[in-house]
Amino acid sequence: MSDVSVMTRGDPQTGSGYALELRDISKKFGALEALAGINMLVRPGERRAVLGSNGAGKTTLFNCITGDFMPTTGAIRFFGEDITVFPAQERIRRGLRRTYQISLLFTGLTVLDNVYLACRGVSRGRFSFVRPRRGDALMQTAEELVATVNLSDAINTPVSELSYGQQRQLEIAMALSGAPRFILFDEPAAGLSPTERVELIKILTGLPSHVGYIIIEHDMDVALRVSEQVTMMHNGRIFKEGKPAEIEDDAEVQALYLGGNADE
Amino acid sequence: MAETSSPSVLRAETNSWFDRVPPAYWVLGVVLLVIPAFVSDFVMGEIMARAFIMGIIALSLMLLGGYGGMVSLAQMAFAGFAGYMIAVFGTSAITDISQGWPWWIVIPLALILTIILSTAVGWLAVRTEGIYTIMITLAIAAAFFYFTRQNYDIFNGFQGFNSVLPPQLFGVDWRGSYAFYYLTLFWAILGYAVVLYISRAPFGLALQGVRDNPRRMSALGYNVTAHRVAAYAFAGLIAGIGGILLTWQLSQISPGTVGIGAAIDVLVIAVVGGLRHPIGPFIGAFIFVVLETFAKDFLVTLGLSGDRFQLVIGLGFLIIVFFSPDGLLGLWDKFRAARNRDPLTGQDRGEREL
Ligand SMILES: Nc1ncnc2c1ncn2[C@@H]1O[C@H](COP(=O)(O)OP(=O)(O)O)[C@@H](O)[C@H]1O
Ligand SMILES: [Mg+2]
Repeated sequence: MSDVSVMTRGDPQTGSGYALELRDISKKFGALEALAGINMLVRPGERRAVLGSNGAGKTTLFNCITGDFMPTTGAIRFFGEDITVFPAQERIRRGLRRTYQISLLFTGLTVLDNVYLACRGVSRGRFSFVRPRRGDALMQTAEELVATVNLSDAINTPVSELSYGQQRQLEIAMALSGAPRFILFDEPAAGLSPTERVELIKILTGLPSHVGYIIIEHDMDVALRVSEQVTMMHNGRIFKEGKPAEIEDDAEVQALYLGGNADE
Repeated sequence: MAETSSPSVLRAETNSWFDRVPPAYWVLGVVLLVIPAFVSDFVMGEIMARAFIMGIIALSLMLLGGYGGMVSLAQMAFAGFAGYMIAVFGTSAITDISQGWPWWIVIPLALILTIILSTAVGWLAVRTEGIYTIMITLAIAAAFFYFTRQNYDIFNGFQGFNSVLPPQLFGVDWRGSYAFYYLTLFWAILGYAVVLYISRAPFGLALQGVRDNPRRMSALGYNVTAHRVAAYAFAGLIAGIGGILLTWQLSQISPGTVGIGAAIDVLVIAVVGGLRHPIGPFIGAFIFVVLETFAKDFLVTLGLSGDRFQLVIGLGFLIIVFFSPDGLLGLWDKFRAARNRDPLTGQDRGEREL
């Protein structure tokens, strides 16, 4: 695999000062080039929106960053460390989190159990045969996270009985578990009601300032309100980066993106 | 610590376990405790004790299948292996092979060896999914059956071992009908309680997470393979306990006990009872044993050949699975849900629990 050469080629020095460093990431699915030479630098605590039409490669980019699959070429550094060939578990232990565009929840378990499992995954005792006791620190953290995303009323509800919007909220609670340093949100607002969107914006802007994130978002309004930097993607490439205000006024962006997707 | 009426408090362990046992369980417990006073030795041994034992073996499948999403047909082989081990290392009529070691070495040794075997089988089986898991575990069960039949040095071939009896402990003859009834009842309740307890512990929750979404589990930092293999190891322990009791009940262990038919019986018991809750295998086992015992007479009464009793069991199996993929537990849930529903609005009246 070309990944190995990437490891040895990448310069050994760490502590580059970036939370996330993507160098020349490409991903091919057979003949389809879903990503073609993506370079991106994200500072710690930075909040960035990634915009782009369907099939632009946004979710694929997330999958490469989180290790859901390996990029075909390129290198990824997370807080200076080369994580290009790390399995997903190793990345999550370093504080990288994500939500999924299509909910990947544990449908047979309750809301609290889902969040508890997310918390437990990055701590010890994953094989414990002992039930969490009353006042168990991890269980309390899980309860607080459930409250953060306004799901306290549904805390003991099986996930299979949640509404779509509630499932999206739960995805976010799970991404917030266990001291994240950087979170990738994949279209968290899709399918939410206007009030749920307002809540989502509140949650995102209310995150501790050291927690950076990238959010994929179709809704310009939401994207521009929760980000300080915007990246535009098209056909597996980045074609524009800038501050939200610049992007909003950019003629090329309006033609390509807003023109096609202006559904508001 | 917020000791208010927040919903989480309901979930947290506010009361002692004593208060949280549903009344139906107290009733059932009392009935099971006093029943020996009212029934014959035959009912106690051939129906009740056998149902507890088959329930324990099927419980090991419920743990793997219900919580782990892995259907193993090798559980009867693990049970039989444990039975063989107590015969080989303990006492039996086959003095050439049986070592005659004391029970306090033999039983732990048999269980440890069973755990090792089930871990190895699990390690192989977790590489597969769905139907392939069933196939590979069926192949292992079949291989074990033929191996025991052909190996005379350890397994004594076709004949197996007879006169394999429980130890005389505390001056009690544990093969006596009362003692054996309570012995099997004890292990059935313990197995049930431990599996139920673990279902809410990190290990059990993680296992259910692996069942629902293995990819997400590994993205959350879990080692999915290790969890699955650990489930096989633990299920092997449960099956091993059931197998030792089964060997004592029959006073013997032979290839017939671990045949393909027996492996499928365990699957039928678990599925008919329901894989979602550890009570399911015991319900399934009770029905299975009753059918197994009386279907023959019933068929003869109807003027049919008694040999067809497997057919009756098979038909019952089909009917139950057809009406409720969740087994009898699922039927019970449906019934409860229907009763809870307001006949006018069709809305739930709330209060749904198992
Ligand atoms: N696992 C996959 N296998 C094959 N093709 C894929 C896979 N994932 C994504 N693609 C393709 O890659 C392209 C980019 O997809 P994606 O990253 O999901 O786009 P976006 O999230 O921007 O809508 C699409 O053409 C899609 O069909
Ligand atoms: Mg996408």
